[in-house]
Amino acid sequence: MAKIELTRNTSIKNALISRYPQLAVFVVMLMGYIFAILAGLVGTPVGSHNFIIVFVWIAWWAILILVAVPFFGRGWCAVCPIPLPGEWLQRGAVLNPPEKKPKWFNLRWPKALRNIWLQNISFLLLALFSSVLLTTPNITGIVLAGMLFAAIGLSTIFERRAFCRYLCPVGGFIGLYSQTAPIELRIKDKQVCATCEGKPCYNGSTNGYGCPWDVFPGGLTKNTYCGLCMECLRTCPHDNIAVNMRPFSADLAKPSTRMDEAFKAFIMLGSAMIYAGVLLGPWGVLKDAAYNVGTSAWFIYAAVFLSIIFLVMPSFFALCVTRFENLNIFKKRFATLSAALIPLGLMFWVAFSLSFVLTNASYILASLSDPLGLGWNLFGTAQTTWQPMLTTILAPGQTLALVGGLIWSARTAQKAANEAKVSAIPVIGYCLIVTAVMLWLLL
Amino acid sequence: MAGLAVAFAPLPVQPIRPQERTFQIEARQFAYSPSELNVNPGDTITIRLISTDVVHGLYVDGYDVSVEADPGQTATLTFTATKPGSFRFRCNITCGAMHPFMIGKLTVGANDWLFRSAGLAMVAVLGIVILVKRS
Repeated sequence: MAKIELTRNTSIKNALISRYPQLAVFVVMLMGYIFAILAGLVGTPVGSHNFIIVFVWIAWWAILILVAVPFFGRGWCAVCPIPLPGEWLQRGAVLNPPEKKPKWFNLRWPKALRNIWLQNISFLLLALFSSVLLTTPNITGIVLAGMLFAAIGLSTIFERRAFCRYLCPVGGFIGLYSQTAPIELRIKDKQVCATCEGKPCYNGSTNGYGCPWDVFPGGLTKNTYCGLCMECLRTCPHDNIAVNMRPFSADLAKPSTRMDEAFKAFIMLGSAMIYAGVLLGPWGVLKDAAYNVGTSAWFIYAAVFLSIIFLVMPSFFALCVTRFENLNIFKKRFATLSAALIPLGLMFWVAFSLSFVLTNASYILASLSDPLGLGWNLFGTAQTTWQPMLTTILAPGQTLALVGGLIWSARTAQKAANEAKVSAIPVIGYCLIVTAVMLWLLL
Repeated sequence: MAGLAVAFAPLPVQPIRPQERTFQIEARQFAYSPSELNVNPGDTITIRLISTDVVHGLYVDGYDVSVEADPGQTATLTFTATKPGSFRFRCNITCGAMHPFMIGKLTVGANDWLFRSAGLAMVAVLGIVILVKRS
């Protein structure tokens, strides 16, 4: 399938260039985000009756993992409200660039931290506390408020969207999985960028801001670090930016060789499996350990969690996929081949989320009418009783996601193995084994 | 074709005479004990649910039957396991923070769907490995 340039359509292009549609969505999202924080802090402590738990961990999560990431990649980042207040403060404007910029520190992000290790750590921190986070409104409220304030603070110290690019726990995995999405923003002609004076897409102009994600679009070859904010579409003086529809997982034809990204794949794959066992499994002892933060059982749980992700899964993968020649070749091959785990990880999350979301979606209607759990009935749906939805299609849906993910990963493994000049079969074998474990956990 | 056969071909079933089975399940925040039940298709199942702390429920996915037990009380649920497969049972009365994850598992007969899914995965991989070997 060839690429289809969506921005060739004038209506689509104008809608993307205009700041108003994006601003309208931003405002709604920001209001929802702030309301969610308030609900978490002042609403009922019963998670399943509080807006923040129901709308963040059921509604938003379902949209994110089942629709936004697989089909729009970083589409969520394009409308995410978290960086907004900080960015408005940093820019001294809400819409077009002002004549006089405010004087903030505007520092470059430290070179040693220009990778996604901090995002890996921030995701793992949330993951280790997830049983409490997913179920306790005030904890989710504090975390969401913390992310908002962290983004504001970093915007006043560092240039561009340092929080989104280097710290956001959600942005890290969206970036990883956005490589599989059938949407991309790319330049049309490399030569035009090479000869472009001033590089307004990166440095900004009167039409828009320099790339908030610290990416020079001329060098963009994958979706991972493009936040689809559309600033480059606004600033490019040569009409050289396009938003394209493309085949799924096009970016994985040339896999990354970075270890931070490789470990992100392991973190996400391993977390989905651990969550499937702990949260959706029948083993009460695991739930107790995950929920009772600070107890010795929780420390053991945390140690096992981290060991599975950082030792067991990568070591087994390393044994399966590559022989040791020298460290650099080993690391490069390991990282390249780990690209095969990206589609599989995404589909593991889809399968896990299907179960969680279909079982709990009926809380959305009740929470809509009584978002704070204070006995309101705004839309007459507050008394909606809990009822799992579509349980008959759950198991077939999960099988489809997992086996489909396995096939997708096996095809990706073939391409990655060609790049690494090794056989794909051990990688495919590894994917088969982890898929079998996930099937056993979910079915 | 092989995939379709693995997914949908009927499996031989050994007829087992249906029995009446009674399980006593203790419910506490946020677990059932025992949390895994295995029965044969056609069995009549009686679950005596005893709640040891707060009010708990037990809802069986796929069967759409449920029971509630007050603290220290026993409540009884009886139904016939007509549908084979693996089903989650879960608390349907909000009982605390981890309530949405208070889950057990009922397996009626063999968990065919799991075996079929694993078989499907193997057939898929085999097909791709053959393609890899040829290319």
